[in-house]
Amino acid sequence: MKCDVCQSEDATVYFSQLIEGKLKKVNLCKSCAEEKGVTDPTGFALADMLQGLGQESVAEKRNAPGDRVCDECGFTQSDFKKTGRFGCSHCYVVFAEGLESLLEAMHKNTEHHGKVPKRYEATKAFRERLAELREQLQGAVSSEDYEEAARLRDAISKVEAEEQPQEDNDSAE
Amino acid sequence: MMRFSTLLKKPAEWMRSAGPDHEIVMTSRIRLARNLVDHPFPGWARKEERLALMEEVKPVVEELGEMKDAFSEEMTNLSAIEKQVLVERHLVSREHAAKGPGCATVMNRKQTVSIMINEEDHLRMQSIQPGLQLLRAYRSLDQIDSELESRLAYAFDTRYGYLTACPTNLGTGMRASAMLHLPGLVLSEQINQTIQGANKIGLAVRGLYGEGTEALANLFQISNQTTLGRSEEDIIEHLDRVIRQIIENEQNARLKLLEDKPTMLQDQIGRAYAVLRHAHIIPSKEALNLLSLIRLGSDLGVFGEEDREVINVLLTEIQPAHLQIEAKRKLDAEERDVLRAEIIRRNLKGLTEPKFGDILSNRDTDDE
Repeated sequence: MKCDVCQSEDATVYFSQLIEGKLKKVNLCKSCAEEKGVTDPTGFALADMLQGLGQESVAEKRNAPGDRVCDECGFTQSDFKKTGRFGCSHCYVVFAEGLESLLEAMHKNTEHHGKVPKRYEATKAFRERLAELREQLQGAVSSEDYEEAARLRDAISKVEAEEQPQEDNDSAE
Repeated sequence: MMRFSTLLKKPAEWMRSAGPDHEIVMTSRIRLARNLVDHPFPGWARKEERLALMEEVKPVVEELGEMKDAFSEEMTNLSAIEKQVLVERHLVSREHAAKGPGCATVMNRKQTVSIMINEEDHLRMQSIQPGLQLLRAYRSLDQIDSELESRLAYAFDTRYGYLTACPTNLGTGMRASAMLHLPGLVLSEQINQTIQGANKIGLAVRGLYGEGTEALANLFQISNQTTLGRSEEDIIEHLDRVIRQIIENEQNARLKLLEDKPTMLQDQIGRAYAVLRHAHIIPSKEALNLLSLIRLGSDLGVFGEEDREVINVLLTEIQPAHLQIEAKRKLDAEERDVLRAEIIRRNLKGLTEPKFGDILSNRDTDDE
């Protein structure tokens, strides 16, 4: 049996816990178990863990009992629970909620820092420029520098107006 | 297009030539996962959708400069043994070999680049180089990827990077790995420590044929686990650093064995020599493990330097599917063990008796 988190190592730690009267089980490999702190029972809650796997996310409880479905390929949340794989690239948009915590469990960082295909370069630069300006705006507001804040706000709307990204279909946000 | 029979006759380039640090690092491999927009991933796609994607992608891959006179075939057109040969040469994954209609493989003449269509992702491309040269392997694949990117609409997200069927490959979609020969760490019982150490810093260590396979011939594959959050170069640099540390540990373990247990080492290498030179029935596992000891002997100067290449080629040629291609018929396990022993005897005919004198007496003078 494979580890529920990394999906690659064999599971050697089997963990069960009662949550809202229901028995939940998680199978982990040694290194994931250590990372999740399963070996330290006081600091570990299975509920958080399951949320990390996208199984009991807040959003799903809110939308329950409906199973979310990808409008492009028909893949469902339960399909993901079963296979650990998505149906198509659009699934990353449909199942975006809860994805962040899943990725946190798998990777060190949840933002891509590698190669960018040419036709996405403009989009990426545009988003980074916007993010930078918004951060500066935050800083200006919190230090009550309203003159600077006004300037930044104008700069943001200018960038937004000028550089509409051409290709944003696959944005997961 | 290259015929499959031509491909079979020639060992892959990385099996024959030596790369940097080739005593301990057999090969360096880079794999990139890519998908196309508006197409379901292969695992979720219907048969017709997989076929349509293959029809769209295969010609584009075949037109790559690197794929001049390439071998290109749909997996359904290959026999079980032919597919297994590709697995034994690490040119396709075990998973890909098991797949049905709509799956294809394209590989260059030198067998250093192979591109699987409709594996777990639409494209799984791999570059393999002898010795430790991960960055070189990446550069050559990066170029191919950029060529493909101009003609295929990749699924990419500015935040999450390349979108893959499994979120564990998200971001760079890159798996960098090296095949290490670590008999010193195995014989001195430090290997588990090494594996655990690598696991702790986020690297995976696997056996000869990847996930869940046994560590035969003292060969271990080490690779990155995480793909998202760091650039390709950073991931490679980190892995490279760890591998260099393991190489140093392996060299120290060998020196220490020569120092502390010279008789045990002579006995192991001498027995390997005797069995491989004279056995008439030999199972795969035994042969692989004994060949590893001959390779170690060659590193230590007990055998000639040129013998290492023979061993490298043999490690692949004695695998079950390669044997059956050689015999041109299906062989049962017992027949394979006989043919395997024959091929090993034939190839090791020129291997002279192990000469321990030099290395051991050198050590004696060191002690004085």
